[in-house]
Amino acid sequence: MSTQHAHRALLQDPEFVQLTKSKNRISTVLTSVMLLAYFGFVFLLAFQRELLSAKVMGSATLGIPIGIGVILLAWILTGVYVRWANKNYDEAVARIKAKAEAL
Amino acid sequence: MNELTTSLGQRNPVAIAFFFGFVLVTLGITYWAARKTKTTSEFYAAGRSITGAQNGLALAGDFMSAASFLGIAGLVATSGYDGLIYSVGYLVGWPIVMFLIAEPLRNLGKYSFADVVAFRLKQRPVRTAAATASVVTVLFYLTAQMVGAGTLIQLMFGLPFEWALIGVGVLMIAYVLFGGMLATTWVQIIKAVLLLGGATLLALLALSHFGWSYANLFDAVAQKSEGKLLEPVISKVATSPLDIVSLSISLMFGTAGLPHILMRFYTVPDAKEARKSVFYATGWIGYFYILTFTIGYAAAALVPASYLAPQDKGGLTNNMAAPLLSEILGGATWGAPLLGFLCAVAFATILAVVAGLTLAGTAAISHDIYVGVIRRGESSPEGEVKVARAATIGLGILAILLGFLFKTVNVAFMVGLAFAVAASANFPALLLSIFWKPFTTRGAVASIVVGLLAAVVLIVLSPTVWEDVFHFAKGSAPFGMKNPALFSMLAAFATGIIVSLMGSEPEAAEMFEDEKLRTYLGVGAE
Repeated sequence: MSTQHAHRALLQDPEFVQLTKSKNRISTVLTSVMLLAYFGFVFLLAFQRELLSAKVMGSATLGIPIGIGVILLAWILTGVYVRWANKNYDEAVARIKAKAEAL
Repeated sequence: MNELTTSLGQRNPVAIAFFFGFVLVTLGITYWAARKTKTTSEFYAAGRSITGAQNGLALAGDFMSAASFLGIAGLVATSGYDGLIYSVGYLVGWPIVMFLIAEPLRNLGKYSFADVVAFRLKQRPVRTAAATASVVTVLFYLTAQMVGAGTLIQLMFGLPFEWALIGVGVLMIAYVLFGGMLATTWVQIIKAVLLLGGATLLALLALSHFGWSYANLFDAVAQKSEGKLLEPVISKVATSPLDIVSLSISLMFGTAGLPHILMRFYTVPDAKEARKSVFYATGWIGYFYILTFTIGYAAAALVPASYLAPQDKGGLTNNMAAPLLSEILGGATWGAPLLGFLCAVAFATILAVVAGLTLAGTAAISHDIYVGVIRRGESSPEGEVKVARAATIGLGILAILLGFLFKTVNVAFMVGLAFAVAASANFPALLLSIFWKPFTTRGAVASIVVGLLAAVVLIVLSPTVWEDVFHFAKGSAPFGMKNPALFSMLAAFATGIIVSLMGSEPEAAEMFEDEKLRTYLGVGAE
């Protein structure tokens, strides 16, 4: 099979199409979670300042654990993505590439 | 206690010793790197020899500049919660890079982010636009860092601004000219380790002073500031709720458009390592911001108020909060040495960041404009490296001159400007090129131009420039917000989409399908 032909065949391979779909899906989902969390925080800053000023743990304000929480969430989300990619994505990529070699 | 004997501004032998030690080690690294840096792949991308973990530190290092260590700790110390807002904003761009940018960028491009934007479009117009936007972003950021460097060294060592500037400029040119990306990466890694170590030490000392209890720390801050520093009162960094949103957009998406950050993704062998880099980088940077938060509040509690008066024109921050804290916590014996170590680390930080910025600017000039546009993609690798080295010298000298010219500028403002341009001119075109099939050459160029112009013009019309720099009447600024990103980024996206839909480019759309093997699998990646 010519490389062009093999190329085209691979693009239509159902496993490849599935791969691109699942990658796009997780990217969208995780991006949305991050956007929601961050802009939720920004919304609170802009419009609910009194809420964020409520006292917790003595002299600290609610805004502090929330802010730190967003920082931790950001890192955790990157971890979730790497976990997914290591478990699902890389294997599928290797399988599909092996298929391409065999063609 | 309202008086503080500080050795800040005087010859500090420990600082000078650390500083010379650092310069010697980094020059040694540059020498080692120089012998390995002959090809374009080595000059721009360290021969793809950097691992995910190492790159994570280098990326974090690029982000943890002196501006963020001293500036954010200082911001927390003087304005309290405002500092945390910036920290969160600077961090949340990294997950976006991870989910949307890192892997496609590494797979589709070779040395610069313009590679990716121009991948399936007409090379010359798109490369010209993208490289120009890169250089503008880099120059804003670089000027800010140079001015910051000169001011800092003057404050810390008592050296005149001009000499400090020239010294930084010469060293930065040396690192890039001889050592390329290999040298700048390893300098960045070493500096990241030193900075994280120093900041950790300072934060631990601060916490132990308060009995290892954050509650005690916050109590002390509340007492000293009558609770004000703990409250989210955002009066200084943004003028209105809309302005806060705009600032947030600029911080979040600007990260994904910074040329010197994006360039680092080409130093790792493949997309998987690129992905790892972001995970490590996000972790280190998040940890770092928790440290600066701790340090800043400790400084607010322990450093006498008069020493925390805002130093810059914007009345925002005081860069000396963290160093002063270190002197206090160090006590009689360790105060001066600890201060010296931190000052040297801050200086090292500046050097590493400006080197990385210069390299990114050089890549835009030599790889994108010289080879991509002028030579139409055909140039011998040796020729390209020669041009790159010449560009390095030119850019370095320009950076020194800009540092002289903008000596009194508000550094935080210029960095904010760089982020706004990155979010408006660079990010939309990059994202659309990777993910949106109908994107055309005209759309790309229009998007970049509109993003760039909108960001710059709106900032000129904003209170910071219109009133503070041009001295027009207060309240007369045509654009009321301090941050243009909300409008300039949306304008760039809208322009890119509308112009692309107005005239189709079938070859580009077809290539979008074909290139999927490369985008998702890395087939054919360099």
